[in-house]
Amino acid sequence: MNHASPTAPCRLRINGQHYAADLPPSVTLLDLLRERLDLTGTKKGCDHGQCGACTVLIDGKRVKSCLVLAVSIPDAAVITIEGINQDGQLHPMQQAFIDADAFQCGYCTPGQIMSAIALLEEDHAHSREEIREFMSGNLCRCGAYNGIVEAIEHVIAQQDQDSKGEAA
Amino acid sequence: MNVVSANIGQPVPRIDGFAKVTGQATYAAEPHPPGLLYGVIVNSLIARGRIEAIHDEAARAVPGVIEVMTHHNRPHTALFEKSYVDGLGVPGSPYRPLHDGEIHFNGQPVAVVFAETFEAAREAAMLIQVDYERWPHNADFDAALYQKYMPSKTRSNYVPPKTRGNASEAYALSPIKIEGRFHLAPEHHNPMEMHATTVIPEEDCTLTVWDKTQGPQAVQTYLASALSLSGNEVRVRNPYVGGAFGSGLRAQHNVFLAALGAKMLKRPIRVTLTRPQMFTHVFRPEAVMDIALAADRDGTLQSIIVEGVTDTSRFEHNMENLVIWGPIGYKCPNATADYKIAPRDTYTSSDMRAPGAATGVNLFEMAIDELAWACGMDPLAFRLHNYSEIDAMHNMPLTSNALREALLQGAERFGWNGRPPAPRSLRDGREFIGHGMAIGIWDAMFSPTAARARLTSDGRLHIATPASDIGTGTYTILAQTASEAFGIPIDRIDIELGDSTLPECPTEGGSWTAASAGAAVWLACQSLREKFLKALAKSENTPERIRQSEVTLTEGELRGVRDGRREVFSLQEALSFIGEASIEAEETAKPGLRGKISEMRKARFTHSAVFCEVRVDEELGIVRVTRLVNAVAAGRIMNPKTAASQVRGAMVMATGMALHEESLMDERYGRFMNHNFSEYHIPSHADIPEMDVLFVDEKDEEVSPLGIKGVGEIGMCGTAAAIANAIFHATGKRYRTLPIMPGA
Repeated sequence: MNHASPTAPCRLRINGQHYAADLPPSVTLLDLLRERLDLTGTKKGCDHGQCGACTVLIDGKRVKSCLVLAVSIPDAAVITIEGINQDGQLHPMQQAFIDADAFQCGYCTPGQIMSAIALLEEDHAHSREEIREFMSGNLCRCGAYNGIVEAIEHVIAQQDQDSKGEAA
Repeated sequence: MNVVSANIGQPVPRIDGFAKVTGQATYAAEPHPPGLLYGVIVNSLIARGRIEAIHDEAARAVPGVIEVMTHHNRPHTALFEKSYVDGLGVPGSPYRPLHDGEIHFNGQPVAVVFAETFEAAREAAMLIQVDYERWPHNADFDAALYQKYMPSKTRSNYVPPKTRGNASEAYALSPIKIEGRFHLAPEHHNPMEMHATTVIPEEDCTLTVWDKTQGPQAVQTYLASALSLSGNEVRVRNPYVGGAFGSGLRAQHNVFLAALGAKMLKRPIRVTLTRPQMFTHVFRPEAVMDIALAADRDGTLQSIIVEGVTDTSRFEHNMENLVIWGPIGYKCPNATADYKIAPRDTYTSSDMRAPGAATGVNLFEMAIDELAWACGMDPLAFRLHNYSEIDAMHNMPLTSNALREALLQGAERFGWNGRPPAPRSLRDGREFIGHGMAIGIWDAMFSPTAARARLTSDGRLHIATPASDIGTGTYTILAQTASEAFGIPIDRIDIELGDSTLPECPTEGGSWTAASAGAAVWLACQSLREKFLKALAKSENTPERIRQSEVTLTEGELRGVRDGRREVFSLQEALSFIGEASIEAEETAKPGLRGKISEMRKARFTHSAVFCEVRVDEELGIVRVTRLVNAVAAGRIMNPKTAASQVRGAMVMATGMALHEESLMDERYGRFMNHNFSEYHIPSHADIPEMDVLFVDEKDEEVSPLGIKGVGEIGMCGTAAAIANAIFHATGKRYRTLPIMPGA
């Protein structure tokens, strides 16, 4: 090795934990998660922002982590599939995916789930057509699309019921 | 979980679901041993020629780069070509990665950069320059058709077409006829997980290889042979596979190169293909089928003539069962078919979901629809009138055939009756609405498979078979099978798959896994149960009151009745009576009743009837599939939930075949140019409506030991044709090339 590669500081909060390191600027958030932090739940399906398998939440918004350089989002809060369990329990979206058989091989699944969680926050799920349109950034080659839409609808119905319960 | 509900036939949720929704399931590119090196492949930019020089100085200067492996400096590999033959049985000369400087196809690996980080390897790979001596090549399918041939040695699973009657005379004499050239574009499998391998050299000098494959034992055999290792020096694992659809049937070059790198550098290696590199290996062959059909005025089919060609590489003879489906599925007194392959300078085409039938059934069903229209008959009525109850090509009875019920039940579910026959008669605003249908047919296959069942002192049942669950639901249906066969709740069962060291099992594919591995697990569990109860009755440590009673085993508990008193005791207690820490049994399942299906002289098929509604924008030509109904007759359904997902998934892929998927060759370079998801379109959420899958009751004790036919491929067969036929009904225009893009 004849010279050290240039690095830049990277400071993030990943699933609630502080992370700080000097990284080559070419490291994507996706490769940081998978190759340096062993958070392999976030998947690489194209590395070009075309498939959605690498979807994570950055400051609450869904983002394709393959298109983000890790050093470019200082102090951002990153949530991955490993960070959505609630008190050791599955997130309702995770449970709904199992119940609706919303996956087969499971490879696009973490990205679909992260995207679906954000979709509900975005208020873009008023109909099946809208769910389909706003989930179209997440490809599934096994073709589990029907199950995914069903899982999302189920979580929405659950939330509606809960909020009605609270109102009462 | 309710114990009874876990039995065969119940909609049990996937037992691997928790691992998959939490991101804990480990795929091939995910184990992370210390000292891991990253390998990035450099691909040839020409289709044919010879490497003159490789300039890797700049690459080697990138910090973190350890080695650049080329054909000049690679370690020793097997000398003889036959050592590189894999289990799929494609005749010819298998491609040998980095064997020498000759280039056989565009995208062929010419070097692999190994570095301490992925980023360094990727950067260095881009800096490598290769000088080539270019040779002429042909990558144009139409030009290749002039060189079509039948190889002297055919693929082992190839079914030669048989002629009956005099098809050309019948064609000439019949009053109603159609003929045309039907075409399918090449398609790439594109599982969401890219092909990847992680190789870990172990302390005992063996290699543990995590590979994306459908056959860990096939990869183990291939690596051992091609790298001149002994079989027990390589262990291949694939507990989770991120889809494959046939791309994992053959050992791909990533596994060879990763293992070769580990041999060279004595360090753990990971090689992951990029999405563009996923277009440098296997693909579904391009196909043409010249189909001529004729019928009497009453719609009775009189002649079938099919001539089909698919492409292969210049070095291997890949073949499909393309032309046989019409002659098998329709009772027609005169039928003839011919098949050839055409060579071009690409990598070898290979099996993709329902190989042969996905192309052959869909294109044939598009032609049949044209004939039905020419006869002035309803497409459903035409098929009910002409389909065959037997294998009409071999004149052989079938083990079962519920196609008629599938056609009738599917039609009823869809609401086919009342469809106006004329095209362009249904309309909603600027969109035409069309209804189309087609028949699907696929082999119901079986491969001898072994499984091991072991009961351990914690009262858990462990099942091991090296089958692969590529998303098919294999973990779950095998657990259901074991639960019922042994008599234990499903949450006390562990299923171990995807490890080459487990008992012998064929590569996963062709929808044979459920029937084959299911039967093996059933036998192993029954055998274990028998052995266990016998040992319990024989052991001196078993209390007298239990030994003398009739002991039954259900729901993971043993029950004995003596003097009218019921005794309940646990599996753990029983094992302690026997005095063993564990007890196990291994069995191999063979086809048919008592392993004798070959004597029955019956053919075995899965059938389906697909109904489709499309809407076509009159001005823009945009096609939307708005309804799909598929009635499937596939014998015994192990798990209606996972089975329906299998069928729906294939229908999604068939929608891609009908409307989206097309790998575009630039003949000048011999390269598929649209090598990413923004230019090679697979269906997305917005393209797919609710799909209604119903399973037609079909009892078949002969097709396989548990009566299973398999459901992985059938959804491909017929669905694309149903869409094409619906487009005709909507627009009045016949398309004979898939994908159909009226708006393009």
